[in-house]
Amino acid sequence: MIPSAFDYAAPATVAEALGVLADAGDDVKLLAGGQSLIPVMKLRLADPAMVVDLGRIGELSGVRDDGDALLIGAMTTHHQIATDPLIAEHVPLLAKAAATVADPQVRHRGTFGGALVHADPAGDMPAPVLAADATFILAGPNGERRVAAADFFQGYFTTAVDDGEILTHVRVPKYAGWGAHYEKFTRVAQQWSIVAVAAMVRVDGGTIAEVRIGLTNMASTPLRATAVEQALVGAPLTRESIATASAHAAEGTDPASDLNGDAAYRRHLAEVLTKRAVIAAAGL
Amino acid sequence: MTIAEVGRARLRKEDAHLITGRSRYTDNMTLPGMLHLAMVRSPFAHAKITSIDASAAKSSPGVVAVLTGADVAAQQGSLPNAWPITPEQKAPAHPAIAVDAVAFAGEVVACIIARSAAAARDAVELVDVSYEELPVVLDLEEALKDEVLAHPDLGTNKSATWIFDSGEAGTGKAISEALEGAEVLIERTFYQQRLIPAFMEPRSTVVDPTGEQITVWSATQIPHILRLMLALTLGIPESKVRVIAPDVGGGFGGKLQVTPEEAITVLAARHTGKPCKYTETRSESLMAAHHGRAQVQKVKLSATKEGIVTGLDVHLLADMGAYLGLVTSGVPILGAFMYNSIYKFPAYRFECTNLFTNKAWTDAYRGAGRPEATFAIERLMDELAVELGIDPLEVRKKNWITHEEFPFTTVAGLEYDSGNYEAATAKAVELFGYDELRAEQALRREANDPVQLGIGISTFTEMCGLAPSRVLGALSYAAGGWEHAQVRVLPTGNIEVVTGSSAHGQGHETAWSQLVADRLGVPFENVEVLHGDTQTSQRGLDTYGSRSLTVGGMAVLAAADKVIEKAKVVAAHMMEASEEDIEFTEGKFSVKGTDQSTALGEIAFAAFSAHNLPDGFEPNLDSDATFDPQNFSFPHGTHLAAMEVDTETGQVTIRKYVCVDDVGVVVNPLIVEGQVHGGLAQGIAQALYEEAVHDDAGTLVTGSFVDYLVPSAPDLPHFTTARTETPSTTNQLGAKGVGEAGTIASTPAIVNGVLDAVRHLGVTDIKMPCTPSRVWAALEEAKTTGGVQ
Ligand SMILES: Cc1cc2nc3c(=O)[nH]c(=O)nc-3n(C[C@H](O)[C@H](O)[C@H](O)COP(=O)(O)OP(=O)(O)OC[C@H]3O[C@@H](n4cnc5c(N)ncnc54)[C@H](O)[C@@H]3O)c2cc1C
Repeated sequence: MIPSAFDYAAPATVAEALGVLADAGDDVKLLAGGQSLIPVMKLRLADPAMVVDLGRIGELSGVRDDGDALLIGAMTTHHQIATDPLIAEHVPLLAKAAATVADPQVRHRGTFGGALVHADPAGDMPAPVLAADATFILAGPNGERRVAAADFFQGYFTTAVDDGEILTHVRVPKYAGWGAHYEKFTRVAQQWSIVAVAAMVRVDGGTIAEVRIGLTNMASTPLRATAVEQALVGAPLTRESIATASAHAAEGTDPASDLNGDAAYRRHLAEVLTKRAVIAAAGL
Repeated sequence: MTIAEVGRARLRKEDAHLITGRSRYTDNMTLPGMLHLAMVRSPFAHAKITSIDASAAKSSPGVVAVLTGADVAAQQGSLPNAWPITPEQKAPAHPAIAVDAVAFAGEVVACIIARSAAAARDAVELVDVSYEELPVVLDLEEALKDEVLAHPDLGTNKSATWIFDSGEAGTGKAISEALEGAEVLIERTFYQQRLIPAFMEPRSTVVDPTGEQITVWSATQIPHILRLMLALTLGIPESKVRVIAPDVGGGFGGKLQVTPEEAITVLAARHTGKPCKYTETRSESLMAAHHGRAQVQKVKLSATKEGIVTGLDVHLLADMGAYLGLVTSGVPILGAFMYNSIYKFPAYRFECTNLFTNKAWTDAYRGAGRPEATFAIERLMDELAVELGIDPLEVRKKNWITHEEFPFTTVAGLEYDSGNYEAATAKAVELFGYDELRAEQALRREANDPVQLGIGISTFTEMCGLAPSRVLGALSYAAGGWEHAQVRVLPTGNIEVVTGSSAHGQGHETAWSQLVADRLGVPFENVEVLHGDTQTSQRGLDTYGSRSLTVGGMAVLAAADKVIEKAKVVAAHMMEASEEDIEFTEGKFSVKGTDQSTALGEIAFAAFSAHNLPDGFEPNLDSDATFDPQNFSFPHGTHLAAMEVDTETGQVTIRKYVCVDDVGVVVNPLIVEGQVHGGLAQGIAQALYEEAVHDDAGTLVTGSFVDYLVPSAPDLPHFTTARTETPSTTNQLGAKGVGEAGTIASTPAIVNGVLDAVRHLGVTDIKMPCTPSRVWAALEEAKTTGGVQ
């Protein structure tokens, strides 16, 4: 498992990194935790001429309070996301999802930003971030730009990040008073999601006031379960109403077929897991 | 008073170095001037090689040479198959580097030799191989038709057909009678999916050609067999080859092989005159190391209305893959003797057709043939119970050999020496809480609970030892089944035990030390166990088939006994007594009826100094012994699994697993438990997780651990393990094999449990592995066919 030879740079600031990127041409890859990039390089499915390591850029790491939102650095590890007190308080959905990623070793190396830019349809971080309506902050040769989560994930392993750009932070609104749950379905403990459902629910006096649901691995990008959300808003907080609404979970999805199950099975799972996720998020 | 070592749950002495990184695996070897190899492998499952252009690779930086099949055609010979199961058996030539054609994806077509591993790997991309693709045959039923041939030159996909018929063998009645007169006939087809042994340490070989002998370090289970076979295959005098198996990280049968890569590393070292190293990647290991199982079992079981089995008819299609490896062809035959398992069947017929396909070749994998057989019969016993509406435990009781009936000659012709199936089952049922779980199952069914409960039962026995030599000879296996040991007494009284068994994770260092410490009355710490080097351990048949203790361990005891006999002669001389008056207890030799005694250490020093020994006495106490048992050993057990099936998702969870194994007298309960746990994990993996899947072109889809799902600790329940102890009568200790027990018994226990949970919903079978999507699909299908009986 030996990758092709490549040049290596480890800039100390975002500005320096952008400079390296500008000089390096198009055959360059950013390295975050390396938990996705290094395996594909070792298998020689990727052989960049240059690797730019973001690991020494301190400003990219950590979680900050930013008024009505949290500002999460791209290099914040899954482990930090899973255990950070600000996240636990304001967007526990992210912590719950991050805790299901792989194993402790991978969670200590793999990063929030790396997972989002990698945009694996079976990856666990994109759907929660989409459900939470986050904003992506990208630094590029022409300065900073902001991309809404709904526009960020563009296809199979494809995002709005252009060549020469770096994801620096993700801004996630605070969800005070919401319940959250990430329902992940796998065959073995350490596995990417076959299907998973991220749910946040705000209950108000026995009815569901607001709900946000993200689906993992039901298409080439994460999806919102819009039909379920619509059916649930204003519905009574009962298992029956949640089950009825969850029957819409597969609407508008386009899941793949693979060794873990065909598309029909995934559609079915989406319904069952949506029901379970919402019930758990609502604390029923 | 010393504490008896045999039976003591000692921590394993070898673990200190194995788990603190002080281990030496083959890949840790670095020799001066060593070159590195990388393999160019075929991306096609079946193709002619029309040309190979290695010029670019040869001029790549750091590359020393590139070897193609044509380059080594004269030296490479054909890799060995040691088990021609019939005189007519067909087999293609098996060159280490393909010469004209490839027959599976992953086959080596060229080898790069370079100054660094990275340079070798880079040059792989530069070898330009032109292929003419040929049609592939992947499926066993297709292979049987002989329309597409895996090896066109062979003219057929059939390697051999092997039949056992109890009527003809005189061990029982003719099967035709049983089937014709059947009151109940159960007919089923079971699929044993292809598995990948997935040992933790990938295969690795280092060859140093620079001394008088060629020295081969290899991650192998079989240093002795490898030495012999490399010599025969490559035409090197056996005396010029030394094989060392250093620390070896697991094998499970997967390293019971003479591999193309080992032969190629020897060829490369001889070609360059320099030490060469090859270590495979995990991808190469999954693709090109041998696979296991891969059989279709068509079975018929006849019985009376009372549930007494009257006959069993087995038709097997066995997937050899593209070539015959060391014992590929014999694996199904090892199963042939086990289909009748613990039962008294009056009639039995077994017919197996070995077939070639364009996939990696299969060979021994933990249990080799016996898990497949046990699965089929245990699934059938459950089917019979369902058919007759009686408890599955009851059906087994009606048919098993009772403990008074031993020794018992089975319908397959084996003589089971001992066993007590009643005792093991009774203990398992009690530990499991069988009646309570049955009650809960009824409640869940009644309540239409989304999570249903099933109880899976499996009883088993197996033949361990792969000894006696004469039986192996009668089955056309090329080698014997004895084992050799030497016990050396050093001048200080410390002991060296040299064993022909080749531990690769089993704990022989500890167990053999316990055996010898007990027998010679010396402290455990004073015993050193040496193995895995043909220069130290000159004779041996290595480790596989749950044979090490019952064969290799017995050789150790026999050698220790000879040491005692020799020491008695010296002791008598030293104490001026007659030999008959010398008694040996707890490490002391004393003169009967006196308080005169001398310790083994003093005798050892006397033997070493040789100043005053009896006339004609060789001045040492060292002794050799070779043990060839008269019979196999037959461990057995009863395994019970409580399985939960989430009917909404198809997810299967093991709620409780109880196994009671009878492995006879136990030397170290901790090691036995470890073997059982590991075995259970691998058997459960077959039932629920693992399957080697190929696409229509014959490419391995499960080419990494992302897709080939090996379970890890969180996927497995807490196991309740217990034992009964019915000593074997075929060896002096009363021990039986344990290495494969868990693997054999757990697969059917799990699948029976899954089916028991959903049978009332109309599901009658689910192919292994019972993945959530398959379980859900089976439930859906049962709904649409209205399958509820
Ligand atoms: C054994 C194992 C199991 C795993 N299981 C799971 C799982 O269950 N669920 C799951 O979701 N994931 C899983 N993963 C993937 C893990 O979450 C990875 O950490 C993640 O997908 C990538 O993050 P990384 O920091 O390692 O990124 P890297 O591998 O370093 O980079 C990934 C990609 O993103 C790009 N990139 C990284 N950072 C930036 C940035 N700031 N700006 C622009 N581009 C950037 C890189 O150029 C690269 O293309 C697993 C990984 C392993 C090795």
